[in-house]
Amino acid sequence: MIEVRQLAKHFRDRKRGLVKAVDGVSFTCTPGEIFGLLGINGAGKTTTLRVLATLLQPTAGSVSIDGRDVVREGPEVRKRVGFLSTATALYGRLTAREMVEYFGRLNGMPEAALQARIDELFTRLEMHEFRDGRCDKLSTGQKQRVSIARTLIHDPQVMIFDEPTNGLDVLAARTIVQFIRECRERGKTVIFSSHVMSEVARLCDRIAVVHQGRMSVTGTVAELRSHFGTEDLEDVFIRALEATT
Amino acid sequence: MSWRGIGVVFGKELRDLLRDRRTIISMIVIPVLVIPLLMLVFGGISVKMVKKAAEEPAKVMVLGEEHAPALVERLRELPRISVVPAEPDYTNLISDRKIRAAVEIPEGFLAALTSDAPAEVRIYHYQGEMKSQFGADAVRDFFNAVKDEAVSNRLAAAQLGTEVLRPFTVTRMNVAPPKKVGGNLIGGIIPYVIILMSLTGAMYAAIDLTAGEKERGTIETLLCSPVSRTQIVLGKFLMVLTAAVATTVLSLSSMGGSIVLGSRLLASSSGGGVKLPFVVDAGGLVMVFTMMMPILVMFAALLIALSLFARSSKEAQSYISPLMIIVIIPAVAGMLPGVELDYVLSLIPVLNVSLVSKEILSGTLHWGHMAAIFVSSSVYAAAALGFAVWLFQRETVLFRS
Repeated sequence: MIEVRQLAKHFRDRKRGLVKAVDGVSFTCTPGEIFGLLGINGAGKTTTLRVLATLLQPTAGSVSIDGRDVVREGPEVRKRVGFLSTATALYGRLTAREMVEYFGRLNGMPEAALQARIDELFTRLEMHEFRDGRCDKLSTGQKQRVSIARTLIHDPQVMIFDEPTNGLDVLAARTIVQFIRECRERGKTVIFSSHVMSEVARLCDRIAVVHQGRMSVTGTVAELRSHFGTEDLEDVFIRALEATT
Repeated sequence: MSWRGIGVVFGKELRDLLRDRRTIISMIVIPVLVIPLLMLVFGGISVKMVKKAAEEPAKVMVLGEEHAPALVERLRELPRISVVPAEPDYTNLISDRKIRAAVEIPEGFLAALTSDAPAEVRIYHYQGEMKSQFGADAVRDFFNAVKDEAVSNRLAAAQLGTEVLRPFTVTRMNVAPPKKVGGNLIGGIIPYVIILMSLTGAMYAAIDLTAGEKERGTIETLLCSPVSRTQIVLGKFLMVLTAAVATTVLSLSSMGGSIVLGSRLLASSSGGGVKLPFVVDAGGLVMVFTMMMPILVMFAALLIALSLFARSSKEAQSYISPLMIIVIIPAVAGMLPGVELDYVLSLIPVLNVSLVSKEILSGTLHWGHMAAIFVSSSVYAAAALGFAVWLFQRETVLFRS
């Protein structure tokens, strides 16, 4: 469960002065649904997700994940969160197994439990055949599975995806999309950001349109379609933007 | 704070970095193979060349042979010298190194031998050029011998013995033990080597562990783990420190090994009897290393801090290069003769350990200075480490893009 209340994140930029990357955003995500953040580049999606993942501290407002405040109980929150942005960000010189082991150990998993979990994950993701291959020698699809295993190693209940299919072709993107769906099937809380309308339409149960750091509309895909009187999500998006400005 | 997270991070960085070719090269191959190779090969070659130059008969031109023909005949018979015909162009021939030297015997030389007015024998040479020096020395030695003969003759004619020339002798005797002689010689070089090698060995590790993480895009996922940022940065710092220490130890060992091996080879090629006139004190080395540890800690922390600012490995390198230049200055200053260690200089980082290392290796243990240096170095090290840890908490530094 994710609860965001009046979240604000401001940066000081030498050239632009005070930048309000996120400016008063509120929403809630419940387990067993996929919540989508939809917006153009620079809208504030990544910043919002980074605050959720405790990578950034909020300037104002509060965020709590499974009842724990991200500022006051950072490490506890991180134990419950799995974060995936680029699926190909791996340590090239480590093997697939070592990569997943490292994150398991960082999460404080006892060795025996870690090895058992690795076996289970590698079986489920069909990774045994390349588990001792160096990450930089793996194919894109194999790398994705390593990233997925890495994200799941500590069995997090809350999943945060920041434009995870960016730069991936259709087939590669499908693996990720399938994985995200599986997370929902297993009752996890899932939040996912994108600027690809089709993906959002296909995956998300509820959407929030984000623009210039603010949330313009929230609702299920069906609600938004009927509200703006169009089936095409791109049109929905454009009209939502116009409504804000 | 639990140490477990630091250990996990350090363990992974160690395993990861040891698989990197550039790290292996800078941390292991260069100190162990390249340095001895350079020292032995270049040392060997230069020894050979000097020997060859010394043994080759020197081409010397005699000007004014007609003024002392018998003398010049004796000159010709010397194996060290090969007399070539006189030419007016001798200055150019010497400068172009076609002949090594020229000697000019003035008119009236033989007459001057038995009179009161001294004649001047001039030796023309190429100043600073090694072969020319050998040639000129050979000629000078010959003429000095002739001069001694002439002196003996004059004394005999005046019915005096040669002891008239030597009212007393002046002899120099070295009383410093070999340890002190050795310490003074290489005491300045060792800290310089330690400083240089520790920086070059640790530099790549520091860059790869910070800017490299940003480049690869792995920093976010790392920061998402429950391990605190302090533990992460300390684990990385330990890795960089390990790289610095390992490179230094390997460099010193291989340098030491080369010197021993080199002097043995030198001894065998010149027929034995060439012993190094000094001894390096192992205990002193250990003490020097202990004094240098805070400096290595400071370097590792500074390297990490600087690399953290960078967005890419190249940018990190451009921040680190000025650091190396700044550090070299006090390191070299420590090698200068005549710089004395006192309590003021004990507070200047890098310079203080340079100077004290020279003293320690010469067997001088000034505990007051050493304490001041160790404490001040530790303070600087702690400050640098604190700075690196503080930097690693700042969002603006971690997420620069």
